[in-house]
Amino acid sequence: MIEKLIFYIFAIIMVFGATMVITVRNPVRAALFLVLTFFASAAIWMLLEAEFLAITLVLVYVGAVMVLFLFVVMMLDINTALLKEGFIRYLPVGIGVAILLVVMLVGVVGPENFSLDEMAAPERHGADYSNTRELGSVLYTVYVYPFEIAAVILLVAIIAAITLTLRKRPTTKYQNPDSQVSVKRDDRVRMVKMKSEEKK
Amino acid sequence: MTFTMPNIAPALPEIFILSMACLILVIDLFLTDRQRFVTYLLTQATLVVAFILIVTDFTQGRVLTFSDTFVRDPMADVLKACIFIAGLVTFTYSRDYLQTRQIFKGEFFVLGLFAILGMMILTSAHNFLTIYLGLELLSLSLYAMVAMQRDSVTASEAAMKYFILGAIASGMLLYGISMIYGVTGTLDLAEVARQVPETEKQLLLTFGLVFLIVGVAFKLGAVPFHMWVPDVYHGAATPTTLFIGSAPKIAAFAMLMRLLVDGLGGLHAQWQDILIILAVLSMGVGNIVAIAQSNIKRMLAYSTISHVGFLMLGVLTGTAEGYAAAMFYTLAYVLMTLGGFGMVILLSREGFEADKLDDFKGLNERSPWFAFMMLIVMFSMAGVPPFIGFWAKLSVLKEVIAADMVWLAVVAVIFSIIGAFYYLRVIRLMYFDKPVDTARLEVALDMRLLLSANGLGVLLLGLFPGGLLALCLAALSGS
Amino acid sequence: MEWLNSAYQSVADFSVWWFSQPAVLIMLQIVMIVTPLMLAVAYLTFAERKIIGAMQVRMGPTRVGPRGWLQPIADALKLIFKEIIIPTGANKVLFVIAPILSIGPALAAWAVIPFNAEYVLADINAGLLYVLAITSVGVYGVIIAGWASNSKYALLGAMRSAAQIVAYEIAMGFALVTVIMAAGSLNIGTIIEAQSGSPLHWFWLPLLPMFVIYFISGVAETNRAPFDVAEGESEIVAGFHVEYSGMVFAVFFLAEYANMILISVLAAVLFLGGWLSPFEGWLPEAWFEITGLGLLLGHGVHWLLIKTAIFLFFYLWLRATFPRYRYDQIMRLGWKVFIPITIVWLMVVGLMILTGFGWWFD
Repeated sequence: MIEKLIFYIFAIIMVFGATMVITVRNPVRAALFLVLTFFASAAIWMLLEAEFLAITLVLVYVGAVMVLFLFVVMMLDINTALLKEGFIRYLPVGIGVAILLVVMLVGVVGPENFSLDEMAAPERHGADYSNTRELGSVLYTVYVYPFEIAAVILLVAIIAAITLTLRKRPTTKYQNPDSQVSVKRDDRVRMVKMKSEEKK
Repeated sequence: MTFTMPNIAPALPEIFILSMACLILVIDLFLTDRQRFVTYLLTQATLVVAFILIVTDFTQGRVLTFSDTFVRDPMADVLKACIFIAGLVTFTYSRDYLQTRQIFKGEFFVLGLFAILGMMILTSAHNFLTIYLGLELLSLSLYAMVAMQRDSVTASEAAMKYFILGAIASGMLLYGISMIYGVTGTLDLAEVARQVPETEKQLLLTFGLVFLIVGVAFKLGAVPFHMWVPDVYHGAATPTTLFIGSAPKIAAFAMLMRLLVDGLGGLHAQWQDILIILAVLSMGVGNIVAIAQSNIKRMLAYSTISHVGFLMLGVLTGTAEGYAAAMFYTLAYVLMTLGGFGMVILLSREGFEADKLDDFKGLNERSPWFAFMMLIVMFSMAGVPPFIGFWAKLSVLKEVIAADMVWLAVVAVIFSIIGAFYYLRVIRLMYFDKPVDTARLEVALDMRLLLSANGLGVLLLGLFPGGLLALCLAALSGS
Repeated sequence: MEWLNSAYQSVADFSVWWFSQPAVLIMLQIVMIVTPLMLAVAYLTFAERKIIGAMQVRMGPTRVGPRGWLQPIADALKLIFKEIIIPTGANKVLFVIAPILSIGPALAAWAVIPFNAEYVLADINAGLLYVLAITSVGVYGVIIAGWASNSKYALLGAMRSAAQIVAYEIAMGFALVTVIMAAGSLNIGTIIEAQSGSPLHWFWLPLLPMFVIYFISGVAETNRAPFDVAEGESEIVAGFHVEYSGMVFAVFFLAEYANMILISVLAAVLFLGGWLSPFEGWLPEAWFEITGLGLLLGHGVHWLLIKTAIFLFFYLWLRATFPRYRYDQIMRLGWKVFIPITIVWLMVVGLMILTGFGWWFD
C-alpha cells in the first residue's frame, strides 16, 4: 500500500518534471527540471530494490553530468526566439507523427502485453540482499566483454574530447609549479655589498 | 558466482588491436611533430599483424565465447580481414593529404584503430548488448574524426549533424531492442531466435523490429533516413570521408546480418517488406538526386545511398545465396569506393580540394593512367561488364529473381540504368573536356602504387569474380 | 473523577501509541542528531574566530557573555532579525530554494553515520555510496544561488564552484573506493569494524596518500580556504552568496559549517576508525573492565568526537596559514595531481589485497 503510494508520488513528479523539461522556455530551468526527473526515477529504482543503480544515478547524473550541463547552459545566452523559428511550420507534421506514435505505443505497450499476469513481478529479497554485490558478480563474469567495450568507449570519449579542445598555441603562457617550488633564495635575491658613502 | 576465465583465443585480433591502440596512444604522446610518422607506421603494422592473425587462424564453424556475447564464424573472419585491408588502404591514401595540410595527428590513426575495433566487435557480436556497444564505439570514433578538422566550418557542421542524427538512431535501435527484450526476456541472439517463433506477442516483436530497422537504416544511410549522408561526406575532410564510406559499410552489413538473420530470422516475412520499401526508395532517391550534384563527394554520397539499396536487395531474399550476394556486393562496393575517394584525394593538393566535378575535366590530358583508373572505378560502379560492380549487381539480381521477385529486379535494373548516367558523365568530363586546372599532379609513390593496384583490382576481380564469390558463399553457408 | 482518570488513561495510551510509531521515532532520532549538530555549528564559528585570533595573536570575540561565549547566539539573533532582500531581476523561487538545497544534503548525509557500535539512524548496505551521492548534490545550492541572484559576482562564484567541486569529487570518490576495497563493504558500520585492532589497523596507514587526498579534496568540496575561490572575498566580494542577507544567508553559513563537520566525521570514520578507541590493542584488557575509566578508555562516541574535532582544527589551521589558491592551479591540482595518484593507489591497494599485505589485508 505505502509502496504504491510512494510509486505514484514519484511517478507523478517524474512525469511532471519530464514535461516541464521540454515546455519551459528558460534552458537553465529546463536543466533543473531534468535533475528533478532524475531524482524521481532514482526513487523508483529504489522501489525496485536497485539501490546501487539509484544512488549511482544521483551520483553520476545529478552530481556530475548535470552540474557540467548547467555550467555550459549558464554560460550560453541561448536565443529562444531563434529556436522557435519554424515551430509553427513544422507543427502539423510534428503533431501528426506524435499522434501516430502515441497510437502505436498505446496499441502495443498496454496491459495486454505488459500487465502483471503477462510479466510476473520480480520476487522480493530480504534485508541482507545487496544489489551492489549482485551487480558486481555478473558484471565481472557474464558481462565482462560488454563491460570492457564500455570502458573502451569511455576511453574514446576522453581521447575525442581532448583532441577537440586541446589547442597548443605558441602564445599561451603557463607556469611550471615544479620550478616555482624548487626556487632557492639565491635564484631571486642577490646580495650586493657596497661601501657606504664616506663623509668628506 | 565464481569467475571462470573465458576462452579469449577467438578474440585475439580484437585484443591485439585494442592493446596496440592504447600503446600507440601512449607512444604518440612522446613524439614530436616530425616523428609523427612512427605513429602512422605502427598503425599500419598493427593492421597487417591483425590481418595475419585472422587469416592464419581461419575459423571453421561457429565459436562462441565470453558467455556467448562474442561469436567467431567464417563470415566474421572474412569481413574482418576485409575491414583490415580497407583500413590499411584508407590510411595509406590519407597520409599525404594529412601531412600537407598540417593535420597529420596521432589521434587520427588512434581513433581510426578504435573505429576498426568497433567494427570488429560489431561483426562478431552475438548479443544485443555487444551490437549496441560496438556500434557506439564505431560511431563515437567517427564523430570525433569528422570534427577533428576544427578550423573548417563545414566539418564542424557535418560532425554536429552526424552526431545528433546518430544519437537519435541509437535511441531508436535501443528502443527496438528493449521491446524485443520485453518479449523474449533475453539479449542473446541465439536465444532470441529460438523464442521468436514460439511467442504469442508477434505484434510487439514487429513493433520492436520496426524501431530496430529504423536505427540500422539510419546508420546505413538508407532512404528516408539518409539526410546526413551527403552533408557528412561533403563536410568531412576527404580522408575521413574515405574512412566513413568504406570499412564501416562492411560492419553495417554485418550488423544487418546479425540482427535480422541471426536474431530475428523468424520474422523474415515482416522485415522483408520493410527492406523492400527501403531498398526501392534508396535506389530511386540515390540515383536520381546524384544526377543533380556538382560536387563529386556529394555525388558519391548519393551513389552510396543507392548502393545501400542494392545491398538490402540481397539481404531481403532471405536465402544463404542472397546473403552471400549481398556480402559480395558490400565488398565490391568498398573496393570501388576506396578507388573513387582515392582519386579525389589524388587530385587535391594543399589549399585545393578537388571535390568539384569540374576538377575532373580533361584528366586524360594530365594523367592518362589515373584517368583510366577512374574510368575503371566509374564503369564498375555503373555496373558495366567486365568490372566487379557488374558481377555484384548481377549476383544480387539473380538471387532476387530466384526469390520470385521479378518486379523488384526490374525496378533495380531501371534505377541502375538511370544511375549509369552520372557515372558516365564523370568519364565524359575526363576524356572529352579541356582541363580547367592545369597544375601538375604530384603524388606520393605509395599512393600511386596502391591506387593503381586498387583500380586494377576492380578490373581483375571483375575478370575473375569466381574466387571472391565462392569465398562469400563459403563464409555464409559455413555458419 | 472517573472521567478524569479515563481521559488521562486515553491520553497516555495515545501518546504511547504515538511514540511507538516508526515515523515518529525516526523524527525524534533526527531531532537528536540535528540539534547537537546545529549547536556544534554555532560553536564552530566561535572556535574559528578564537583559534584564528590566537594564531594571529589577537583576542577574538570577547564582549558578548563571559569571554565571548554567547557571541554565536548573538550572531544568530542578529541574522534572524535582518531583512531578506531579493534583488530585482532575481528568480525568486530559485533564489529562496538555493539555500535549502545547500543545507538539505549537508544534514541528510548524517543519516548513515554510526555514532557507536549500536547507534545509527539508517543502517543501509550502500551507506558510503549514499553519502557520496548526497554530498554531490550540495553543489546545486551554490550553482542555483549564483544563477538566480542575477549578479555577475554571484555567477562567477557559482561557475568556479561547479568546476571545482566536479574536479575534486572524482579524486574524493576514488579515495573512498580504496576504503571500500580495503573494508570489503559499502556499509559504514562494517568499514569501522574492519579497522578494529589497534590504531595501526586503522586505514590511515595503508591508505595514507588517499587519506591526505581525501581530506584536501574535502576542504575543496566545502569551498573552504585555501580553496575558497567560490567566495573569494578579495576578488568577487562574497561569490555565490553576495546577494543574500538575513536568514537565507545564515542558512548558507550553516550549510558550509555543517559540511565541514560532515567531512571531518567521515575522515574520522573512514580512516581513523570512527568510534574505535585508540588504546585498543596495546593497553591490557583488564584496564577496559575498570568502572568509569574503562568506559573512558573503551570504544565510544567520545572518540569519534575527538577525532572529528582534530580535523575541524585542521580546517581552521589551514585557513589561518595558506593564501588562496589561484583558480587554474586548483584545477591543475585536482585533475593532474590528485586523480593520477588516486588511480595508481587504487592499483596498489588491489595488489595489497591480492597478496594479503601486512595485517590489514590478511
